[in-house]
Amino acid sequence: MSMLLVQALNGLQFGVLLFLVAAGLSLVFGVMDLINLAHGVQYMLGAYVAATLGVWTGSFWLGALLSLPVALLVGLALEWLVFRHLYRRDHLSQVLATFGVILTVEEATRALWGSAPQTVLEPSGLTGGAMGGVEIIAGLIYPTYRLVIIGVGIVVPLLLWFLVERTRAGMLVRAGATHPAMVSALGVDIRRLFTVVFAFGAMLAGFAGALASPIFPVAPGMGDTVLILCFVVIVIGGVGSIRGAFIAALLVGLLDTVGRAMLPDLLRLLLDPSSARQTGAALASMLVYIVMAAILFFRPAGLFPGGRSA
Amino acid sequence: MTAPLRKHGLALVTLLALAAAPFLGFGDGFALSLLSRAMILGMAAVSLSLLVGGAGLVSLGHAATMGIGAYAVVAFDAAGVNEGLIVFPAAIAAAAAYALVTGAVSLRTSGVHFIMITLAFGQMAFFTTSSFSSLGGDDGYTLYARTEWLGMRIMDNRLTFHFLCLGLLALVWAGGSLLLGSRFGRVLRAARENPQRVLAVGFQPYPYRLVAYVMAGAVGGLSGALLANATEFVSPALLSWTRSGELLFMVILGGVGQLGGAILGALAIVLLEETLSHLLVYWRLVFGPLLVLSVLFLPDGLIGAPLRLRAAFRFASPKRRNADA
Amino acid sequence: MPDPLLELHGLSKNFGALTVTSDVSLTVLPGEIHAIIGPNGAGKTTLIHQISGTLRPDRGTIRFAGQDVTALPFERRARLGLARSFQITSIVPGFTALENVALAVQARSGSSFRFLRPVATEKALNEEARAALDTVGLEQVADRTAAALSHGEKRQLELAIAIAMNPRLLLLDEPLAGAGPEETERLIGILHGLRSRYGILLVEHDMQAVFALADRISVLVYGRVIVTGTVDEIRGHPEVRTAYLGEDALA
Repeated sequence: MSMLLVQALNGLQFGVLLFLVAAGLSLVFGVMDLINLAHGVQYMLGAYVAATLGVWTGSFWLGALLSLPVALLVGLALEWLVFRHLYRRDHLSQVLATFGVILTVEEATRALWGSAPQTVLEPSGLTGGAMGGVEIIAGLIYPTYRLVIIGVGIVVPLLLWFLVERTRAGMLVRAGATHPAMVSALGVDIRRLFTVVFAFGAMLAGFAGALASPIFPVAPGMGDTVLILCFVVIVIGGVGSIRGAFIAALLVGLLDTVGRAMLPDLLRLLLDPSSARQTGAALASMLVYIVMAAILFFRPAGLFPGGRSA
Repeated sequence: MTAPLRKHGLALVTLLALAAAPFLGFGDGFALSLLSRAMILGMAAVSLSLLVGGAGLVSLGHAATMGIGAYAVVAFDAAGVNEGLIVFPAAIAAAAAYALVTGAVSLRTSGVHFIMITLAFGQMAFFTTSSFSSLGGDDGYTLYARTEWLGMRIMDNRLTFHFLCLGLLALVWAGGSLLLGSRFGRVLRAARENPQRVLAVGFQPYPYRLVAYVMAGAVGGLSGALLANATEFVSPALLSWTRSGELLFMVILGGVGQLGGAILGALAIVLLEETLSHLLVYWRLVFGPLLVLSVLFLPDGLIGAPLRLRAAFRFASPKRRNADA
Repeated sequence: MPDPLLELHGLSKNFGALTVTSDVSLTVLPGEIHAIIGPNGAGKTTLIHQISGTLRPDRGTIRFAGQDVTALPFERRARLGLARSFQITSIVPGFTALENVALAVQARSGSSFRFLRPVATEKALNEEARAALDTVGLEQVADRTAAALSHGEKRQLELAIAIAMNPRLLLLDEPLAGAGPEETERLIGILHGLRSRYGILLVEHDMQAVFALADRISVLVYGRVIVTGTVDEIRGHPEVRTAYLGEDALA
C-alpha cells in the first residue's frame, strides 16, 4: 500500500512537470496557432543549463535560478530566428520547421556536452545540507525535493490562472487567442504580444527542465519523451485550455508512473514472472496512449474543449 | 496526351533514371544499397504524400507502419519462417490493421489534434517494439536471412533487389496517381479543401479518409518489409518520430500534392544524409538548418526552387523588373 | 393542396439565456418559392442551420418529404434531397467549375469507392454537370478553376451545385448577398426559371427580389414568425411595417 502511495506521489510530481511544459505549448498554440515541436528542447536546455551552472556555482538552486533567464533568452532567439516566420504558415510547415530546430539544437547539445547524462548536484535544503525527506505516514519517508515540485504544481497553476484571468496582460492574451485581428486593430502590438507569450512559455518549460534535472537523466533525448506526453496532455485536456492541461497532466503523470510501477507486478498474478515483466513493460508503455484513444473516442475535442478550435 | 505527360513527366524521368542507374556507374554494392534504401523510403513517402497532399492528413506517425512491416519480418524470422508468400502479406496486413485501429480514432479529429494524435500513436508503437526483448528490444534484431520466395533467394542479389524495389515503387506511384484521379480521390481532394461542401452534397469524409489511411498504412508495411530485407537489421528506431518527420520532409521537398515528387524528395534526403554524415561528425548541425531553411524558403518544394530563384532574380534586377512591367 | 415538401413544427432554439428561435412553424409546398424575411438579428441563419441539419433544435420537429428528419445529420438530409447554399460561398477552390458540380452529381450516382478509373472521363457525370452549369449560365467557364471565378460567378456556381444534386428542396441562404445590380438581375432570372422545378426556401434581405419572386413570405422577428402570407398580404401588414420601421423598402 505504501508503495502505491509513493508511486502516486511520484506520478503527481511528474504530472506537475508535464503541466509546466504543456501549459506553454498550449498557450502558444491557443494564442498564435503555432504547433511547436521544439518546445521540448526548451525543457532540455533548462535542464542542461541548470545542471552546468549548478556545478559551476556549487549550488543547485542557484543554477536552477540562473537557468531561467538563459531559457528566456534562448526562447527569444529562437522566436526571432525561426518561429515568427511561421505564424501565418500552415501546420505542416510549422511541424517540419520546428522539427528541423529540434534536430539542430539536440545535435548542438551533443556537440557541446556529449551524449552521456550530465552530473547534477543534489538540491540543498534550507540549512545547506541535503534536503532529506518528510515522513508522510508512519515509516514512510518521501523526498522533500519531490514535495517541493508538487508544491510548485499548486502555486504555478494558481499564478497562471491569476495572470490570465485577472490581469490586463492576461486579458490581451485571451483576446489575442480568439480575435488577433481585432486586438491588432485596437492598437496593441500583436507581434510583441506573441513574443511575450512565446518567451513566457519557453521559460516555464526551462523551469520544468531545471526542476527535473535531479530526478531524470539529463541527456539529449530527454525533451522528446516529455514533448510527446505533453501532446497527449493537450489532446486529452483540450487545446488552449489551461485547466484542461492541468487535469490531463496530472492524469497522464499518474497513469504513466503508477502504470509502469504496478503493471508488471499485477500481471504476475496471471502470468509467469518473465512474461509478466515483458508484457507489463509493453502494456505500461501503451497505457497512456490507450487511455488517450479511449477519451478521444468519446470526446474528440478533449475533456475541456473550447478556446481555439484546430 | 501532353497534359498528363507534363504532369507526370518528372516522376517518369526519375523512375527511368533509377532504372538506368546501375548501368551508368552506380552498379557497385554500396551505390545499389543506397538507391534501394532511397526507393523503399520513396515508396513510404509516396503513400504519405497521398495522405498529406491528397487528403490533407498530416500524419506524424507514418514511420510506425514501416516499422510494423519490418518487425513482422523479424517476428517470422525469429520463428524460422522466411517464405515471402507468408511473410510479406502478413507484414502488409499487420501495418494495415494498425492503421485501421489508430486511424479510426485519429480521424475523428482534425488539424493540429490529428497531427498530435498520430505522433502519439507512433510513439506508442515505438515503445511497444522497444519492450519486446525477444525481438531484440532496444538493441535491435539482425535477420538470419533475407526473405525467400518459393524457396528461391531472389532478394539476395543486389541488382535483382534493386529492380524489385523499383518495380514496386513504380506500381505504388502509378496506383496512387490513379487513386487520386478516381471517384474516391475526388471526394478525398474535395474534403481536403472544403469538408463543409462535401457534406453539403451528401458525402461523409470519414470513411473515405479511413480507407485512404489504411491503404497508406499497407504500403508503409510493404516498404518496411523491404527495408528489413535491405538492411538485414531492424531496431525500434525505425518507428521513431524522427523517421516520421523525415518522411514528411521527403513529401514537402517533393512538393505537396505531387506524388512523384516524393520519390525525388526521398532521393534528395537519403543522398544528403549520406553525404553529410561522411563529412561531419555532427552532421545534423547542417542538416537541421537546411530543413528549416527549406521550409521557410521553399514552400513548393525543390520543384519550386527554380521558379523562386527566377522570381527573386527578377525582383533584384531593376532593368528586368521594368522590362516585365 | 399538395403535401408539403417541408414542415416545421414548433421549432425552438436557445443559446444559454438567449432565445434565437421561438416556436417556428411553417411549410414549403412543392414548386413554391417561400421567402423568409426579417430585420437583422431575427435568427434567419440559425433557422437555416436547423433546417439543413448543422444545428440541432431544442424543441420541435422538421418533416421533409414526409419523413421526420429532426435527428438526421446534415449529409443525410442532403442525400434525401435537401440542397443548401451558403451565405458565404462554399465551393472547392482548387477544382474547376465543372468538377465542383460533377462532385454533386457523383454523390447521387452510385458508389464513390471506385479507385482506379479516372473520374474525369465519366461522360455521364460531366454531361449532367454541364447541364446544371448551363441552367445558371456558367457553361462558358466550366473549365476555369473555381478560385479564379468572379464573386457573382461563384454564387452562380453554388446554385449550379445545388441543382446538380437533383434535389427536392433548395434551401438558399441569402443568395443575392453582395451582388451588384447586374448580378442580382441575373440571379433573379435563374431563380425564376427554377420555380416549379423544386420547392425553394429562401432567406433574403433584398426586398425587391423577394417581392418579385416569392409565392409566400414568412416574417421572422426576434426568432418568431409573426406572419406568413402572400406578397400583398405582407406588404400591407401593420406588424411587418413596425418591424421594419425606418426602412423604405416596404413603402
